[in-house]
Amino acid sequence: MSSQAQDLEHLVHREYEAGFVTEVESDTVPPGLDEDVIRLISSKKREPAFMLDFRLKSFRHWLTMSEPVWAHVRYNPIDYQAISYYSAPKSGADGPKSLDEVDPKLLETYEKLGIPLAEQERLAGVAVDAVFDSVSVATTFKDKLAEQGIIFCSFSEAVQEHPELVEQYLGTVVPHTDNFFAALNSAVFSDGSFCYIPKGVRCPMELSTYFRINAANTGQFERTLIVADEGAYVSYLEGCTAPMRDENQLHAAVVELIAMQGAQIKYSTVQNWYPGDEEGRGGIYNFVTKRGDCRGDNSKISWTQVETGSAITWKYPSCILRGDNSVGEFYSVALSNMRQQADTGTKMVHIGKNTSSTIISKGISAGHGQNTYRGLVQVGKGAEKARNYTQCDSLLMGDKCGAHTFPYMEVKNPTARVEHEATTSKISEDQLFYCRQRGISEEDAISIIVNGFCKEVFKELPMEFAVEAQKLLSVSLEGAVG
Amino acid sequence: MASAAVDRYLEQFSTFQAELPGHGVDWLDRSRRGALDAFAKTGFPTPRHEDWKYTRVTPIEKRSFRIPERNGIEVQGADLERFGLGALDCEQLVFVNGHYVDALSRRNVSESGVRITTLASAINASSPLLESHLGRLADTTSQPFSALNTAFMSDGAVIHVKGRNGDQRPIHLLFLATSDDMVAHPRTLVVAEAQSRAAVIESYASLTEGCYFTNALTEIALMEGAQLEHYKLQQESPAAFHVATLEARLDSDSRFASHSISFGGQLVRNDINVRIEAEGAACLLNGLFMVGGRQHVDYHTRIDHAKPRGTSEEFYKGILDGRSRGVFNGRVKVHPDAQKTDAHQSNNNLLLSRDAEIDTKPELEIYADDVKCSHGATVGQLDERALFYLRSRGIDEDQARSLLTFGFAREILERVELAPLREKVTDALLERMPNAKQLREMVA
Repeated sequence: MSSQAQDLEHLVHREYEAGFVTEVESDTVPPGLDEDVIRLISSKKREPAFMLDFRLKSFRHWLTMSEPVWAHVRYNPIDYQAISYYSAPKSGADGPKSLDEVDPKLLETYEKLGIPLAEQERLAGVAVDAVFDSVSVATTFKDKLAEQGIIFCSFSEAVQEHPELVEQYLGTVVPHTDNFFAALNSAVFSDGSFCYIPKGVRCPMELSTYFRINAANTGQFERTLIVADEGAYVSYLEGCTAPMRDENQLHAAVVELIAMQGAQIKYSTVQNWYPGDEEGRGGIYNFVTKRGDCRGDNSKISWTQVETGSAITWKYPSCILRGDNSVGEFYSVALSNMRQQADTGTKMVHIGKNTSSTIISKGISAGHGQNTYRGLVQVGKGAEKARNYTQCDSLLMGDKCGAHTFPYMEVKNPTARVEHEATTSKISEDQLFYCRQRGISEEDAISIIVNGFCKEVFKELPMEFAVEAQKLLSVSLEGAVG
Repeated sequence: MASAAVDRYLEQFSTFQAELPGHGVDWLDRSRRGALDAFAKTGFPTPRHEDWKYTRVTPIEKRSFRIPERNGIEVQGADLERFGLGALDCEQLVFVNGHYVDALSRRNVSESGVRITTLASAINASSPLLESHLGRLADTTSQPFSALNTAFMSDGAVIHVKGRNGDQRPIHLLFLATSDDMVAHPRTLVVAEAQSRAAVIESYASLTEGCYFTNALTEIALMEGAQLEHYKLQQESPAAFHVATLEARLDSDSRFASHSISFGGQLVRNDINVRIEAEGAACLLNGLFMVGGRQHVDYHTRIDHAKPRGTSEEFYKGILDGRSRGVFNGRVKVHPDAQKTDAHQSNNNLLLSRDAEIDTKPELEIYADDVKCSHGATVGQLDERALFYLRSRGIDEDQARSLLTFGFAREILERVELAPLREKVTDALLERMPNAKQLREMVA
């Protein structure tokens, strides 16, 4: 047991690797939220009238709502008037045309995080729409994508250049009235990514964005909108880390995916935001609304997420299976260590005929972490022969953590088949013994077992991410086991 | 939360309180008054309350029910034959419209290991067992129906088990409803002393097809090493409202089994809450419901593993036909100290018709690491291939469907240990199928 104590010691003293602050002059709106602030954001971004209307109606609706309390998480009340709703790096005001024009300090930041932007272009073949706080500072591979008619740009750019597409699709999957945080986001969102894949085009590369939160006390409100037109295919990667902070930072993003007939969208996330220290101070509040709409027949939306960061995660990437034969998938690994709390899961809403969904959720709790799976599988009256398979497994490490499962199943069609399975256990002594007697150290053995536990999810990740995710997991778990 | 319905119950209480047993007994008056105040505060639950998300009790709220006279209509021997457990050598207490009727009951006074009294007579005899146990397990502050029962309870059974030998006769409590528009709040208390053993059966049935309201509450305390089998067979009138709560507390190494079968009623809600309060206790929850028409049945079970080395097993199955709706919410909570807990739960549902609906939610809440917990839930229909197999052997479609449905339910029935009761339940199940007679021959 002494080795366990040492391991814990090691964990306690391990600092958050991505915790640092980049000193860049920011153009920040003073804290507080009212209609004037929204008008200011909108005018700063030189948005067309429909955007301002959308923001204002969202804000007015938000005022009538109250913060949800049903999630299995605890935190101090958030003062929404103490948050600054707009922050942009000053040097980015003129908009860099290439990587050379990007503030070297920003580049350095990514370097520290192991995301060498300059290298990525050459080595990984990934177009990166890097978001530093709220404004995109670099977009690569754009021309190459444009050749095929693919639009991949920052949200603000899309508003300027493709207002008709934004107007047509914005808020059609997550309406501004959807929930408290989505309404807030709809009112104040600063930037994000926009992606449109035209009919029949298969996006030739993985699209990706790195999010960072910088500038103290700035809530980040990202907005992502991905539209795959008929027969199109796109794989989108999202990953993030954040600098160390004492105060809690709010992150309320909205992601909307739209898949038309025969289209496929694969959305992968690796989330490694600052989780707070071992006493639960600081850390990011990650209250995200992600939803995909399989609007056309034979369409498919697949969510894969690896959630290891954030103090609180409140996130339910969902699929609305509207088109006949549409497919929804959700693969998740959620880890909560120290004082982290995660309430995450998915919603699969079966509306069309022959729709099917798969949910694989792996929760790992360690330290004082609380991990909750909350999922809904709803089969409507007309969802003939709908099929769902759900599996959620939880792994507990240490006797102070918790793992919870709250699956909701609502079935209104007799031809539906819905299955749910969940297990909770710790790493079995037998498995450990087997590894140890073959000369594998305890720590390595645990790492092997945990990676095996998550394998079903990792294999869904794009190659680059899968490697990162495995590394992240073993780093996050270092010494957390006994 | 003032509403017309709540006021009606408050008024009914002030009219009837003097007639309730034990009026003037200080602790009981306080307990009734406290429960009523809590009810006045909470009112009837609404779907905004997570535990009542899928079940609206407005039909119960809207209707006014009267507290029935002590002597209802005459119950015939044939009626007892129908609902009694004639084949089973048991103690049988019959309650008509909530009141105990001695003439219909079958008691063996010489029984030594167990003491059975009616609630009314136990109160009148100021039994010390009551003061120390009655109302100790019921949650009257946040459960409005438990509060109502506590305020209005007038009869029921008090069972004190002391015997260590395993051959005691089962105890059957038969609650019969004979008139419409009445409300009964039957209350049962079972205290099983250390190492004792007993089997208690609660049956709910009716001689009317009309609408009435049963609001039952059962408290069960098992001391060290005690073993109790509890059965509940619910065959209320198709128009009846039935709300029943069972609260059990398990001391070390005790074993508790609950078998709950639900067929009748228009709106049925069952709450089964088991608390494993000491090391090494085991519990089994076994249940089946089969509904059709516009019936609504809701099962909420909760197992609290508060201490280490507890085991729990739960098996629930639902069969839904017509425009019926079923709700299952099975919660297992493993508290921080409850290491070495072993908890397994499964819920399977069969949808037989286009318009039936099932909402199921198995929940695990776990705060200890050295545990093995799992749950599974399924919703599906009859297997087309199995149907084809039966039809290819000359069995017509209706019969094949019934046969497969029966097969689905059988697993639950087989866990019923008392053979005569198992037959009774099997009969009741077959009776609800379209071609009962042929089916009975086939499965005999």
